[in-house]
Amino acid sequence: MKIAVCIKRVPDMDVRFKIAASGTAVDEAGLKYDMSDFDGYAAEAALQVNEKGGGGEVTALCLGPDAVQETLRKALSMGIDKAVHLKCDAVPFDGWAIAQALAAQLGGGGYDLILFGRMSIDSSNQSVGPMVAELLGLPCVTAASRLDVSGGTGKAQRELEGASETVEFPLPAVVSIDEGVARPRYPSLKGIMAAKKKPLEVKPAQLGAVTVTVTTMELPPERNAGRIIGEGPDMVPELVRLLQTEAKVL
Amino acid sequence: MPTYKAPLDDMRFVLHDVLDVAQLSALPGYEEATPDLIDAILEEAGRFCAEVLQPLNQPGDAAGCTYEQGEVKAPPGFKEAYQQYCAGGWPALTADPKYGGQGMPHLMRSVVEEMMCASNLSFAMYPGLAHGAYHAMHTHGTEELKDKLLPKLVSGQWGGTMCLTEPHAGTDLGIITTKAVPAGDGAYRLTGTKIFISAGEHDLTENIIHLVLAKLPDAPGGTRGISMFMVPKFLPTDEGRPGTRNGVTCGSIEHKMGIKGNATCVLNFDNATGWMVGDANKGMRAMFTMMNGARLGVGLQGLGLGEVAYQNAVAYARERLQGRSLTGAKNPGGPADPIIEHPAVRQGLLRVKALNEGNRAFAYWIGMHIDLEHRHPDPARRAESADLVALMTPVIKAFLTDTGFESTNIALQTFGGHGYVREYGMEQFVRDARIAPIYEGTNAVQAMDLVGRKLPEGMGRLLRRFFHPVSAEVEASRADPALAEFVEPLAKAFERLQQATQGVAMRSMANPDEAGAAAEDYLHLLGYVTLGYMWLRMVKAARARLAAGADDRAAFYEAKVATGRFYFAKVLPQVHALAARIAAGATTVMSVPVDAF
Repeated sequence: MKIAVCIKRVPDMDVRFKIAASGTAVDEAGLKYDMSDFDGYAAEAALQVNEKGGGGEVTALCLGPDAVQETLRKALSMGIDKAVHLKCDAVPFDGWAIAQALAAQLGGGGYDLILFGRMSIDSSNQSVGPMVAELLGLPCVTAASRLDVSGGTGKAQRELEGASETVEFPLPAVVSIDEGVARPRYPSLKGIMAAKKKPLEVKPAQLGAVTVTVTTMELPPERNAGRIIGEGPDMVPELVRLLQTEAKVL
Repeated sequence: MPTYKAPLDDMRFVLHDVLDVAQLSALPGYEEATPDLIDAILEEAGRFCAEVLQPLNQPGDAAGCTYEQGEVKAPPGFKEAYQQYCAGGWPALTADPKYGGQGMPHLMRSVVEEMMCASNLSFAMYPGLAHGAYHAMHTHGTEELKDKLLPKLVSGQWGGTMCLTEPHAGTDLGIITTKAVPAGDGAYRLTGTKIFISAGEHDLTENIIHLVLAKLPDAPGGTRGISMFMVPKFLPTDEGRPGTRNGVTCGSIEHKMGIKGNATCVLNFDNATGWMVGDANKGMRAMFTMMNGARLGVGLQGLGLGEVAYQNAVAYARERLQGRSLTGAKNPGGPADPIIEHPAVRQGLLRVKALNEGNRAFAYWIGMHIDLEHRHPDPARRAESADLVALMTPVIKAFLTDTGFESTNIALQTFGGHGYVREYGMEQFVRDARIAPIYEGTNAVQAMDLVGRKLPEGMGRLLRRFFHPVSAEVEASRADPALAEFVEPLAKAFERLQQATQGVAMRSMANPDEAGAAAEDYLHLLGYVTLGYMWLRMVKAARARLAAGADDRAAFYEAKVATGRFYFAKVLPQVHALAARIAAGATTVMSVPVDAF
């Protein structure tokens, strides 16, 4: 099957962020970047669909400056066959502008399945996948925690609050992937070495007009340090009292 | 629970900015080893170590290995992690492509080894020993044995060991009694007992290749009568599968202070079938191929444990609030200041940081010379690198494990009482690190190898391979007055080293005990000077990056220069005490009668 996986390069979340001087973005000094978590699940899902289905081709797409090529190489090292870099100076906040660039590339590409992560872990908009589906006129399923494909039909499981549902849809389709599919595989040494030689095409991103912008960004107020009031069952009444009177959460 | 993150920034700095690793890709056979590929490999290796191996480290220590009727099980989870390790192709990293390897430079192995030892030393030893067996077989084995066995070791399907020690023969291998009798069909039958065999028996692999030192019936006495044999746990079938069980069994496993997740075995050889590797009575030479590699590997164990202990100690010192800073509150909103504000805590952490980063540069520098030794097209350059590697092998082993142990100890101390309880994992680092100065030849033996064997070789030729680049670096750096605070202490320490070298050489000609009494201090003196040389190179590389405007990485390079400053001011001065001890000679040591103890 011909599958496209759209991935995003995001900062490693395991740091204390600072706000840049502009006040509208994080300070990028010293940040490390990697593939957004859910996109890793999407890449894994794409590889598994083809492994189960007896072959095909997976293309990874990433939009952004030259640095995103490193993230695309990582996807290639997992076993994805080829990569497309949609080049632009900076990734806009406006998902609609991004969706148009992706749709321009994906439309007419003959993809049976277009996968996204459920959301990017930096901006958390959850919007680009559904927007691309809309632009291409394809069915869209979001937050799939299980994905099976057979004979032109897809089946996805979605987690709900306290329940799950299974949906069916015709291919081609756009699916955004939640964790639970399977942990993204570790690239093998062979995979890493092979990734260097796989095709990576660079094209200018045909971004749509940017209509949504960030005006201010601020860090959450500092939280007070936690307090240990004691140990064992005897302390429970005191804990409940403090949660009611002091923390006022009960 | 302790955590670990591969120090990729520092690793890359050493590889690219200090050592210019790109030059390796110009060597024949290493064309693929470009800097971007090296970075990609290190990143994924680091992720694997942090996410798969490190979480098994503390539970593996608690569970240990189990022994039942000759069968040994590694701690829970090790087998699955090992399968993942093999599925990822990691055993093949630097192995010969002819046998399924990826043929990457040796240096890559040093870096990945550091990560593995930092994340889980007990685990790392299983594939580490297998690699040693691969290396010895690759260098000394017959083509037939190589074709049969090497692909199994490269894929990780089979494990490996080195069997040297016997109950009565540790450092002195000349007196081993394990016998190998020709079987008439080209094979041999081995009988004897080996002890302290790391990874000697376990459930991670379907077969284990033991490389065993033994004596032929007509062998001369001493180390000139030792041969090396390949003894598989299961005799391989013609299709290369494990066949009949061979006469080698595990009698018991040791209950140890540390590295509890690695099985340390008593192996009984009872008429076991083996094949000779290398020439008859030349087994020590073959074993040294393995041991030299293993000694560098043990050095990396010291470094890895020093690094992981440091990472956790720094995290704790930033968060633990205790007492106020001597110069006024640094965290006025909190009940106390983080302990990292206290000079004593800082000093300890900086010492560990300076030693770790210096040791890393030192180990990778020698790791790169191993590649140059084997691959450089110019024979003169190959010889030069071979000399440097030979000289520094005992120094890497002993200096990195002595300072690595010291570092885990300082890191534990940072935690106060919490360092002493198991939950925080710091005491495990200390226990695990404690073996490294002992095995693969104790550090005292390393020092004797350095002073007794490596220094006199070629009338000091090996040492000159080190002295020349140090002199050149010092002279070149003196042109820049801004470097004076780094260069001048190094120049002085270097002078002490030269004086000590002359003194030891002269005195030990008259009395060999002089060499013995000076050896460990001399090794440390050479170690601190080497780190001084590496630190000067690092400071220069970091300053060059800052001068070129390394905006988003400026903090890293500034920290590098600051740590270098600490090294020259607070760590390197140790050389003066060492020089004084060396100059004091052997008399005060040897004149005390045994009865006076």
